[in-house]
Amino acid sequence: MDYILSIIGPLAEGSLVTLKLFFITLALAVPLGLALALVRISRFTVASQAVNGYIWLMRGTPLMLQLLFIYFALPFVPVVGIRLPDFPAAIVAFALNYAAYFAEIFRAGIQSIDRGQYEGAKVLGFSYGQTMRRIVLPQVVKRILPPMSNETITLVKDTSLIYVLALNDLLRAARGIVQRDFTITPFVVAAAFYLLMTLVLTWFFQRLEKRHAVYD
Amino acid sequence: MPSMTEAASIASSAATSPMILADDIHKRFGSHEVLKGVSLTLAKGEVIAVIGPSGSGKSTFLRCLNHLETIDAGRIDIEGDTLAANDAQGRARYVADAEVRRICARMGMVFQHFNLFPHLTVLQNVVEAPITVKGIKREAILPKAEELLRKVGLLDKRDAYPSRLSGGQKQRVAIARALAMEPDIMLFDEPTSALDPELTGEVLRTMRQLADEHMTMLVVTHEMGFAREVASRVAFMDGGKLIESQPSAAFFANPQHPRTRAFLESML
Ligand SMILES: Nc1ncnc2c1ncn2[C@@H]1O[C@H](COP(=O)(O)OP(=O)(O)OP(=O)(O)O)[C@@H](O)[C@H]1O
Ligand SMILES: [Mg+2]
Repeated sequence: MDYILSIIGPLAEGSLVTLKLFFITLALAVPLGLALALVRISRFTVASQAVNGYIWLMRGTPLMLQLLFIYFALPFVPVVGIRLPDFPAAIVAFALNYAAYFAEIFRAGIQSIDRGQYEGAKVLGFSYGQTMRRIVLPQVVKRILPPMSNETITLVKDTSLIYVLALNDLLRAARGIVQRDFTITPFVVAAAFYLLMTLVLTWFFQRLEKRHAVYD
Repeated sequence: MPSMTEAASIASSAATSPMILADDIHKRFGSHEVLKGVSLTLAKGEVIAVIGPSGSGKSTFLRCLNHLETIDAGRIDIEGDTLAANDAQGRARYVADAEVRRICARMGMVFQHFNLFPHLTVLQNVVEAPITVKGIKREAILPKAEELLRKVGLLDKRDAYPSRLSGGQKQRVAIARALAMEPDIMLFDEPTSALDPELTGEVLRTMRQLADEHMTMLVVTHEMGFAREVASRVAFMDGGKLIESQPSAAFFANPQHPRTRAFLESML
């Protein structure tokens, strides 16, 4: 028991890195994903196809590869070549990757809204922007909660990929202690940390779903 | 029907302008011509029922009037303001977007399938457009919204969500929602067709009440009773054309066109 208490400190520090990556990624990927989805369903065919290609690229290659590319290869790409420090590089890779997944969720959600909702809004004088903000997106939120819940839980676990950039996240902190102390207890404690985070997320999404269920 | 120049001269004198002037409207979906030159004038306070077989273009015509569909050729004036008119090549040209919105705001519309906003309560459905579109303060629109709900008999449902309402109640909320924008003209596209027969009465009563208050209305309907008793005029459409239009008593007593007669017989 004392041993567990003694390793909770460093593991909690690792969790902070994990949580920081998680929240910053969400804060960037949700709006970016929404913007991508709106372009994807717009009438601008060229832009829409470009987004399509982007989503294909981001979903079609491993996140690990994207992470390594942005950190190690980007500096050598002509013109854009910039060297990002490790944590910002991770943020960029995660946000770009998750935005692609979110964009597909938002697109499906927006397209599932009945055409009658747009027409009902239009004859009341709503502009396209007002229709989206006041009528369509509030209904989309409810429909995308289950897939968004899945995706954010996946994100919690995906954060562990940043060990390849030698960032001290929860999993890497645990592994460090395992190698130092020759015991697997830190892994078990780390698992408990991950479970706790996903438990909180699950609760959070269940509450949201309940709140949105009032109008079924 | 007035010629183009006559229509233009009518349009110039707002006092005598009809509420709706539709002249020689053509509309096609791909290669399928759905409206083949439909003309209709709707005067202030008039209630016109549009009847006709399924697929004859009634809904399409109505939807063209408030820009839910765009016309290919013809002219549409709303209260003397031109929404669309033919260019030199005989293709319909619409006025600028802002103008289209301004003109269409004078028309309210009620749909067959209600199209209520499911995530908003009854009261929120009614106040949403005045607040968002007109920028009216919530407190300022509330008394009027409550009065409208009382008028359609649903004030006690103000905090219910649409999913908790019957079809007839939903349609009455939809009517109140449209009226909250204070339209000069109300368009109805088969407002009772999606309802159980025992629920059509309450909606028709609300519409009759509107007609009694001299609302200008254009109503696509299968309800012959409504056409006969409430409408001042009845227009019969078939195959993308307006076959005949008469004051309702004359229309039912003495239909001119053989196709009108055949249709009326089929409805009995
Ligand atoms: N968006 C569309 N695309 C293609 N064809 C359409 C479209 N809307 C309507 N049509 C066609 O236009 C014709 C007229 O349709 P419309 O809905 O105006 O008829 P209606 O008189 O209202 O019929 P109903 O009494 O069944 O409602 C039909 O043949 C229909 O299939
Ligand atoms: Mg129809």
